[in-house]
Amino acid sequence: MGLEGHVITIEVDVGDGVPTFTLLGLPDAALSESRERVKSAIINSNFEWPHRKVTVALSPAYLPKSGSSFDLAIAMAILISHGSLTLASMDQTIFIGELGLDGEVRPVRGVLPALLSARAKGITRAFIPAANAIESRLVENLEIISVDSLTQVHEFYTAGVLPESEIPVEQSTDVSLMLDMEDLVGQESARRALEIAAVGGHHLLLMGPPGTGKTMLAQRFPSILPALTPAEALEVTAIHSVAGKLIDPAASIARPFIAPHHSTTAPAMVGGGVHFIRPGAASLAHHGVLFIDEAPEMSPGVLDALRQPLESGEVTITRSIGTITYPASFLLVIAANPCPCGNFAGKGRGCTCSALQVRRYLQKISGPLMDRIDIRVFVDPPSRVEMLQTALGEDSATIRARVERARARSLARFLGLGWSLNSEIPAKALRKDFRAERSAMNLIHDELERGLLSARGVHKVLRVAWSICDLQGAAIPSLENVEEALSLRNSVKVGP
Amino acid sequence: MGYKQNLGRAGENLVADLLQSQGNQLLERNWRIREGEIDLIALAPNGVIRFVEVKTRSSEKFGHPLEAINARKAMRLQRLALAWLSTHQHLGAEYQIDCAAVLSSQTGECTIDYRSAIL
Repeated sequence: MGLEGHVITIEVDVGDGVPTFTLLGLPDAALSESRERVKSAIINSNFEWPHRKVTVALSPAYLPKSGSSFDLAIAMAILISHGSLTLASMDQTIFIGELGLDGEVRPVRGVLPALLSARAKGITRAFIPAANAIESRLVENLEIISVDSLTQVHEFYTAGVLPESEIPVEQSTDVSLMLDMEDLVGQESARRALEIAAVGGHHLLLMGPPGTGKTMLAQRFPSILPALTPAEALEVTAIHSVAGKLIDPAASIARPFIAPHHSTTAPAMVGGGVHFIRPGAASLAHHGVLFIDEAPEMSPGVLDALRQPLESGEVTITRSIGTITYPASFLLVIAANPCPCGNFAGKGRGCTCSALQVRRYLQKISGPLMDRIDIRVFVDPPSRVEMLQTALGEDSATIRARVERARARSLARFLGLGWSLNSEIPAKALRKDFRAERSAMNLIHDELERGLLSARGVHKVLRVAWSICDLQGAAIPSLENVEEALSLRNSVKVGP
Repeated sequence: MGYKQNLGRAGENLVADLLQSQGNQLLERNWRIREGEIDLIALAPNGVIRFVEVKTRSSEKFGHPLEAINARKAMRLQRLALAWLSTHQHLGAEYQIDCAAVLSSQTGECTIDYRSAIL
């Protein structure tokens, strides 16, 4: 269920009577078909099939069970039932895997979270499909045996033969496979905004005419973010494992970049499903970047569905089969054209839209959502001089080093306070312990008085100012830092 | 009689012998009405009436003999048993439905797999 696993106990009763095979414990369609798979796999692996009344019960019985991952465990239970194997040596052992008709063990979804839950419940040994071995390496203190076939499991118990598995590739710490910021020409203000956003974990709006590099910028955003910590990598891999998206091992420490199309529906965005609640784009982007291109084209309901995860860092989905919470703490990057035709930039000369059209277009991004975006920048088309430059831009590694240094500073500052990023500083703490310089505070309060900034806006500006200050290496935000933060908030006027 | 009929008859004979050797009294063989047939009906030493369906196969190539008894056939056996009980004024008597699988090998040896009270 979601990222949380339950250990399912399988009981087999082989009774007298006409040969039947009954599966109990609320199986879904895929699990019901498990009967045929298990039977064929056992017979085709040259084991004996009991031609009797076989009853298999998966307990706890009240929990609806789905999917093919119980195949291996059911097959093992049946092999034990007629003495091919003995139960004694299987204490605290779990079996995960789908069986092919020939007895092959096939990969399944959600192995990593299953192993984590199993370990938490005192399981000491796990058999998993060899194809799931890569994700399982993240789990420590658990004996994991990856197998290709039912015969291999049998051999392990009868002859003590450990299945041969190729040594998995060492986890790469190389992030160089990602797109690099050096590909971008010019765009100094947008680069700066990205860097500040990376330091403090601030959400970002990129606005600009088509073809100016909004998408290029966003795609390169993960490359300037610090690599995932082992604990974060575990969470990210667990979510992707549940979604059935096995991550390329080389990229497993890179932060995910998820860019849902603007026709995406709300269930695809935040998660949903009938028999199985699948994590949505917001959860897949956990600890990474969620990029929404052409945001005004997206249906308003879908965009607003992001408000809950933006607020709480998780998504709670309720369906008839239950309620599931997936983590969804991501950096939101929204890209938008300034108007339907896209040319309302600078003097707006090329624009063919009416004033009303322009206003309506941007109003599609709702106020409450806009309010959660700390940094808003206009991405200008590169100038003639910039386009003629032959030198590459600053590369991602350099920027990432700066971001990591700045993050280390903020992390040290927030030690023991319960949050780690500048964007997470609670309002109360901002007013008390994390104020800016006196002159800077005066400027902010002036803005507030003139009605140019809301109370929430004051906090947002302060948080961004802290990120700028961390980049600079100063002790507290200066007037200059706050001015920059203010301009990052106000340079683009959107919405009412 | 064809090969299959001979095989079936031979299997029924074997099961009948087995039942009698265990002290059952054979009441009827191949009792047939329009709805179907009961291969063997026997009275067990403890007074229970046993209705026995015999399945004979010469190989397991097409699955276990007893796999041929699905839910529909089991229900028909049940109806036939009740029909026999009512036509013989035994309604209310304790009864059970058994199945016997006879597997005859090439060499002529037979194994009997007897399952009692299958419903």
